[in-house]
Amino acid sequence: MLGFIGKRLIAMVLTLWAVSFVAFAIIQLPPGDYLTTYIATLAANGDRVDPATIEALRRQYGFGESYFVQYWKWISGIVLRGDFGQSFEWKAPVTTLIWGRLGNSILVEGLAVIVMWLVALPIGIYAAVRKYSLGDYLATIGGFIGLAIPNFFFALILMYLSFIWFGETIGGLFSPGMENARWSPARVWDFLSHAWAPILVLSLAGTAELIRILRANLLDELKKPYVTTARAKGLSEFRTIMKYPVRVALNPLVSTIGWLLPALVSSSVIVSVVLNLPTAGPLLLRSLTSQDMFLAGAIIMLLGMLTVIGTLISDLLLAWIDPRIRYGSK
Amino acid sequence: MAVETMTDIPVAAPTTRARRESQTALMWRRFKRHKLALVSLWIVALFYLVAILAEFLAPHDPGAYSARYTYAPPQGLQLFSTDENGGWRFFPHVNGYSTEVDRQAMRRIFVVDPEIEIPVQFFAPSDPYLLAGFIPMSVKLMGVSEARAPFYILGADRLGRDLLSRLIHGTRISLSIGLAGVTLSLFFGIIIGGFAGYYGGWFDSAVMRVIEFIRSMPTIPLWLGLAAAMPKDWTALQTYFAITIILSLIGWTELARVVRGRFLSLRTEDFVTAAQLDGASDWRIITRHMVPSFMSHIIAAATLAIPGMILAETALSFLGLGLQAPIVSWGTLLQDAQNIRTLASAPWLLAPGVCVVIIILSMNFFGDGLRDAADPHGR
Repeated sequence: MLGFIGKRLIAMVLTLWAVSFVAFAIIQLPPGDYLTTYIATLAANGDRVDPATIEALRRQYGFGESYFVQYWKWISGIVLRGDFGQSFEWKAPVTTLIWGRLGNSILVEGLAVIVMWLVALPIGIYAAVRKYSLGDYLATIGGFIGLAIPNFFFALILMYLSFIWFGETIGGLFSPGMENARWSPARVWDFLSHAWAPILVLSLAGTAELIRILRANLLDELKKPYVTTARAKGLSEFRTIMKYPVRVALNPLVSTIGWLLPALVSSSVIVSVVLNLPTAGPLLLRSLTSQDMFLAGAIIMLLGMLTVIGTLISDLLLAWIDPRIRYGSK
Repeated sequence: MAVETMTDIPVAAPTTRARRESQTALMWRRFKRHKLALVSLWIVALFYLVAILAEFLAPHDPGAYSARYTYAPPQGLQLFSTDENGGWRFFPHVNGYSTEVDRQAMRRIFVVDPEIEIPVQFFAPSDPYLLAGFIPMSVKLMGVSEARAPFYILGADRLGRDLLSRLIHGTRISLSIGLAGVTLSLFFGIIIGGFAGYYGGWFDSAVMRVIEFIRSMPTIPLWLGLAAAMPKDWTALQTYFAITIILSLIGWTELARVVRGRFLSLRTEDFVTAAQLDGASDWRIITRHMVPSFMSHIIAAATLAIPGMILAETALSFLGLGLQAPIVSWGTLLQDAQNIRTLASAPWLLAPGVCVVIIILSMNFFGDGLRDAADPHGR
């Protein structure tokens, strides 16, 4: 097990390195660099450009030097000092802008994953055990529709319906007074009364996919002789199903987190923009449209890291519940 | 039968062909059994037909605006008219508008007025235009004879532009960008996946690592980052191709994986070994022996990749970093529907989203059916 974890950790570090490379490439893509943009905005505002500051910035980020040097200065700042650079639009260090929003992202996405599992498990098991029943057909149809509706379109429809039916606009994660309050039962309640909409939207596609996979896995397992044996030995139907086939069918499901998570992080960006959530998504969009590249690069990098770490956790979880992976091939 | 084909292969082939079914015919027979896939095929074909005939089907120019009819609600199209005696007659028409003043919001709103009937003419003469860019025409599917009468079957947007016409032209862009993106992805996927699968070794493992890495990244932030780097002064055509390239930068991975898997499993087949022993070149083995045997799979995989492309373009354009304003696509159309106040007063602006859902559902069913039909081991 330790060897397995070690191997996975090394793979993760390499992946993170690749993520940082991609993020840096995106920072470098737009024409001009941070400094020229910075000077241009200062000049546009009529501010005096202080040559000493410019020179200090130039040295700090290595502008004008080779990409390799610039990358090294950028990544060493992140790794050694936790410094993601400056946001010229907000005139503040990137780190002060993103942590709170990233926390909200993780919170909403984490809750969406939990909801997906809680909903998909019973429905998937039911659909497999009662194959071709009305419930199974409903789950299948619902699954297809859930996969076909683009999440931002679903968010728009939800917004429209809640406005027409309840006269309320859904959006945000907190009421105006609650944004910066400390966590308390009142704030949790306020959060839940706002967060149900994004969580519903985000979990829809994933739930549909999980139901489909769980149903297929379980159908394969239910045909196997050990299930017949368990029945012949007089185990109750509930116990027969829950104790053996469901547990086996869950294994491949855990590994799906690996690709469920990128999709979730991805869709949360666009859903957050539609529903106006204080998460990393809208900040990313804004920083990209205003070419605030250090901020954008940091967000892309952190979202990538989030996904990689989530995948690692799901891999370890899978190794924990499935000995074949722990001790298996090499 | 088997002996006959074994003994005289090249000469007798034309005479026995009548009794044998080609690979395509077999696939088509299997595919037809899949009713949902068959219906989906027709829907997809219909959508592409709309995309091709956009200029003929759209009653208005997609950019033509009219300040008089901002946010005019959908008129619908009535084919029959009733008279006082309750009799019916065939009289295609749309109803006109009467204006009311919304006292609360203090603004003019339009109400469809059943009293006013504006006759609609099929194959109505119009200004000359080029169908699909090269066929000169001067007739449209529908039109109203009175030049200044409002004609908004699906309603109008903020600038009084006809939503139906914009939707039809948007269909052309959105569907073609899906097709172009998949074609480009297929090109990269076959070359890279083919090399990796056929030669294996270090190149194969390197490609697989890269694919795994790209697929473990959240796509929308990446796409946004790439799209944001497009210069703002690019022309419509340049952005169109740039977006296609950006989409296929990630899209090729899935197809490359499929191609590689097929190559790996076929590499050890007897007929490939036989061709190698006959001294055929690698190129000939790949193009004449291997590719034909899994082409149907690749086509099915490519079909299943199109919805993802369409969705991605819609999402990017919706967020304002994809195609830009003068180009009409489903994504840029949905951009108008982002605001809840707009949405509440003009819910018909959500129509492009309905199109997205329909095309994605039918493409998925169609692709699934194609995949099942292409599987020689299927029932």
